[in-house]
Amino acid sequence: MSSGALFLAVFLACTVEAVEATTIVLAAGTARDWRSALYGLFAALATLAVLIAALGPALSAVPLHALRLVVGGLLLVFGLQWLRKAILRGSGYKALHDEEQIYADELAAAEAVPRERRGAVTDWYAFTLAFKGVVLEGLEVVFIALTFGANDHNLPLAAVAAGAAVIVVALAGIAVRAPLARVPENSMKFVVGVMLTAFGTFWGAEGAGAHWPGSDAALPVVVGAVAVFAVALVAALSRGRTSTQAIAELAVSR
Amino acid sequence: MIVRLRQFCAFWYDFVIGDDWRVAGGVVIALGATYGLHRASVPSWWVVPAAVVVLLPYSLWRASRPKSPKS
Repeated sequence: MSSGALFLAVFLACTVEAVEATTIVLAAGTARDWRSALYGLFAALATLAVLIAALGPALSAVPLHALRLVVGGLLLVFGLQWLRKAILRGSGYKALHDEEQIYADELAAAEAVPRERRGAVTDWYAFTLAFKGVVLEGLEVVFIALTFGANDHNLPLAAVAAGAAVIVVALAGIAVRAPLARVPENSMKFVVGVMLTAFGTFWGAEGAGAHWPGSDAALPVVVGAVAVFAVALVAALSRGRTSTQAIAELAVSR
Repeated sequence: MIVRLRQFCAFWYDFVIGDDWRVAGGVVIALGATYGLHRASVPSWWVVPAAVVVLLPYSLWRASRPKSPKS
């Protein structure tokens, strides 16, 4: 796989999840207590770092065929989940991911809970909200970065891509001090879904013993085919939705 | 304890399997079929792409069809 594709896939996946984590940390800090929210953020980053330190070398030691079978299968399942949601959003069947609405909901929920001090943490709710948000959003990114990096024998590049995304989003969050609503999150999720599905298809099949025609040259073809297929599905679902709405409106008007 | 264990399992189920277990099941079957064909020395690279072509529209169709009211 080209280094560019590895970097792009990990960077985009990490950016999407970092935007969602930033929204939660912003809500915890604004509605409750910034110091506790930042403690939660750093505790979560430390947890993810420990996970990476433990799993990274372990993944590198697994034989390539077994790694590609398991990791390819998991990437394919993840990719199809991301793509399914992105297609449903793109065709109007599911509400678009709205960071401003999520921020408002988190803010309202955070303001309703009484303050409780535990040890050095002055506001336990702000701490746990930020901690859980960052760990849960980060877990998938850790998996994607580790598996992409391990499969391509380039863990450092995957780590650089993930780190770059976190830094860019964190700087944007600090500069804006508001949910990053202008990030084209849904389009990015679509691209990540296409890449995860394509790489999962390629590696999963290879891990199960298949030999692709053209060997590694088949990978860009698979990426393109999945992208075209996904765009066609968005168009087909959008058309179906419009027809259903028209029929429903006709039935109501009669 | 049991509640925590259940929450732990629910988290991992949601993390790995997601909204539609049929997709995850289909992927496992496709990889198994690929391995089976490979062992029988039959070209098998097409099985996983074919599974994607079937699984994704099927899952989307299930998610987008109107929900029938429960009687």
